[in-house]
Amino acid sequence: MATTLFDKVWDSHVVRHVQDGPDVFFIDRHFIHEVTSPVAFLGLESRGNSVLYPERTFATADHNTPTINQHLPVEDALSANQLDALERNAKKHGISHWGLGDVNNGIVHVVGPENGITLPGATIVCGDSHTSTHGAFGAIAFGIGTSEVEMVLSTQCIMQSKPKKMRINVNGKLGLGVTPKDVALYIISKQTTSGATGYFVEYAGDVFEDMTMEGRMTVCNLSIEMGARGGMIAPDEKTFEYIKGRSQTPKGADWDKAMEYWKTLKTDEGATFDAEFNYDAADIEPMITYGTNPGMGMGVTKDIPTAESLKGGVETYRKSLGYMNFHEGDTMIGKKIDFVFLGSCTNGRIEDFRAFCSVVKGRKKADHVTAWLVPGSHKVVDQIKEEGLDKIITEAGFVLREPGCSACLAMNDDKIPAGKLSVSTSNRNFEGRQGPGSRTLLASPLVAAASAVEGVVTDPRTILTANANA
Amino acid sequence: MAYDKFEVLTSTAYPLPIENVDTDQIIPARFLKATERVDFDINFFRDWRFNADGTPKADFPLNQEKYAGSKILVGGRNFGSGSSREHAAWSVYDFGLRCVISSEFADIFKNNCLNVGVLPVQVSAEFADKLFAAIEADPKTEIKVDLPNQTVTLLATGESESFDINLYKKDNMLNGFDDIDYLKNIEGEITEFASKRPF
Ligand code: SF4
Repeated sequence: MATTLFDKVWDSHVVRHVQDGPDVFFIDRHFIHEVTSPVAFLGLESRGNSVLYPERTFATADHNTPTINQHLPVEDALSANQLDALERNAKKHGISHWGLGDVNNGIVHVVGPENGITLPGATIVCGDSHTSTHGAFGAIAFGIGTSEVEMVLSTQCIMQSKPKKMRINVNGKLGLGVTPKDVALYIISKQTTSGATGYFVEYAGDVFEDMTMEGRMTVCNLSIEMGARGGMIAPDEKTFEYIKGRSQTPKGADWDKAMEYWKTLKTDEGATFDAEFNYDAADIEPMITYGTNPGMGMGVTKDIPTAESLKGGVETYRKSLGYMNFHEGDTMIGKKIDFVFLGSCTNGRIEDFRAFCSVVKGRKKADHVTAWLVPGSHKVVDQIKEEGLDKIITEAGFVLREPGCSACLAMNDDKIPAGKLSVSTSNRNFEGRQGPGSRTLLASPLVAAASAVEGVVTDPRTILTANANA
Repeated sequence: MAYDKFEVLTSTAYPLPIENVDTDQIIPARFLKATERVDFDINFFRDWRFNADGTPKADFPLNQEKYAGSKILVGGRNFGSGSSREHAAWSVYDFGLRCVISSEFADIFKNNCLNVGVLPVQVSAEFADKLFAAIEADPKTEIKVDLPNQTVTLLATGESESFDINLYKKDNMLNGFDDIDYLKNIEGEITEFASKRPF
């Protein structure tokens, strides 16, 4: 029978199907971080359980870490306490731990793939909704709650009902200045923030085939923002090339055996989905959001839609625009901005820094803009330096910070002040997400870079075209 | 974490007719720094409940005396979207709520609720509208959530709707069990399965 990629991976991880209930679902790889794991360890210990397979869990500190002076003790007592708890719990239970300053440290969804922990056909969970990132490798990866973190620690399984299947096809060629982030924001704007609730998404079509692994990670990362449990892309030569030789990938005969399995990981001709959507690459522009959920996005050159033109609650829509201090019909281009944030598990990889630099090179940051450039991991930092991007960054008046989640969720000191407007390459523009009262415009690294040098929301194509003609 | 059994709940309800309420609103990230599960009620809907200076916002339903003590919250469509933080479900429970009713829930939030003893009840958009209208007309109106029969009833009018929950989760809620109890019982089967994994 023709089956989907999703079915192949899901079904091979079902330990048992509970009648009229969920599946007992086996987890190959488990990531933990300091915020959502402490209570899971408390639960584990209070029940007198131990960690069943410590070698299948990996700990990194990221959500709560400072992005300057990481060599100094963490000042915030509560943050320090969480970081200590992570380290203590990992040590005690024999889990590998990449704490602050460790060469492997960084944002969980950046360091997983970097170290070859993320593999095709694997099941991967983490107490973090953007675990969907790892679907880029043809894995089933999704976020879980703390109770489930405890389940994985103590039994390597969770109880899950199988989601429905959706396929999203995007075909054609992307235009100038249109990045994987724009493709994702475009899809979410069409699906809305809840359009894929209850589904697991497979992305297919030339656009994803042509995309780099990092681009695919950006797309899969944002799957959760349309309500999907996760998103995945069939592994191909690019995938195998990317993972080959990384510290934790299978080697030698194990690699050959794994390859045999990985080559079967694609949706068969004629397999069916519960829902399917087709989009055309030519319709996608550089995107920007204007409201308080990631579904409220549009081409950067467009005007904010009127409430009547949208389906959905008019009151909720107006509340959202009210919070942003925007009006129906406003043009986004030219709006004065205060902050720029380049980073997060969505856009904190080397290609994102390359893209940012392609715009700011030889230009200067606008004086009134505060910019936080936060690489996703130490390996990204090293690569930035190796490629000399740090010089471009400094010459343009920017400062490179140390890795972490930073202003993506503003648990550390990197908070956007109330009322300030930020162009951010992260994934959520919820009220107060980047600090109480902060206002967030989600966009690609290119839009962020163009806006950072102009000081207002800017279409990066104007700069890219000027560069091409120079 | 053990929670109280859930059978039949009759209570007034807090109305929150806003769509796409995300977990960053239910509990903002800056309150996730604890390493124990204590006092999550305090910062439940922190920035919608309180002004920056800590004074309560009088017009926010959770602060209004007329709804005080309700054990049910009726929320707008797509309730609980965004971050997977279970702290959001803890704060619902710790605030004294045992049931959230909405016409649509985000998946992770729904799972988290079930794991901590909060019953997510999904109703039709029409029924949700009826509930909002009834609460607006009379803040003391009572809603009965009957888990064994899987029905939710507006007592004033007798209007009722049934809701879905899988039998396994229902059984857990009725008995106050959680998944770890189940999983630990089949550990042998799990380790056998694990021994055959390729990586
Ligand atoms: S960067 Fe943001 S979305 Fe990604 S793991 Fe960190 S907090 Fe979560």
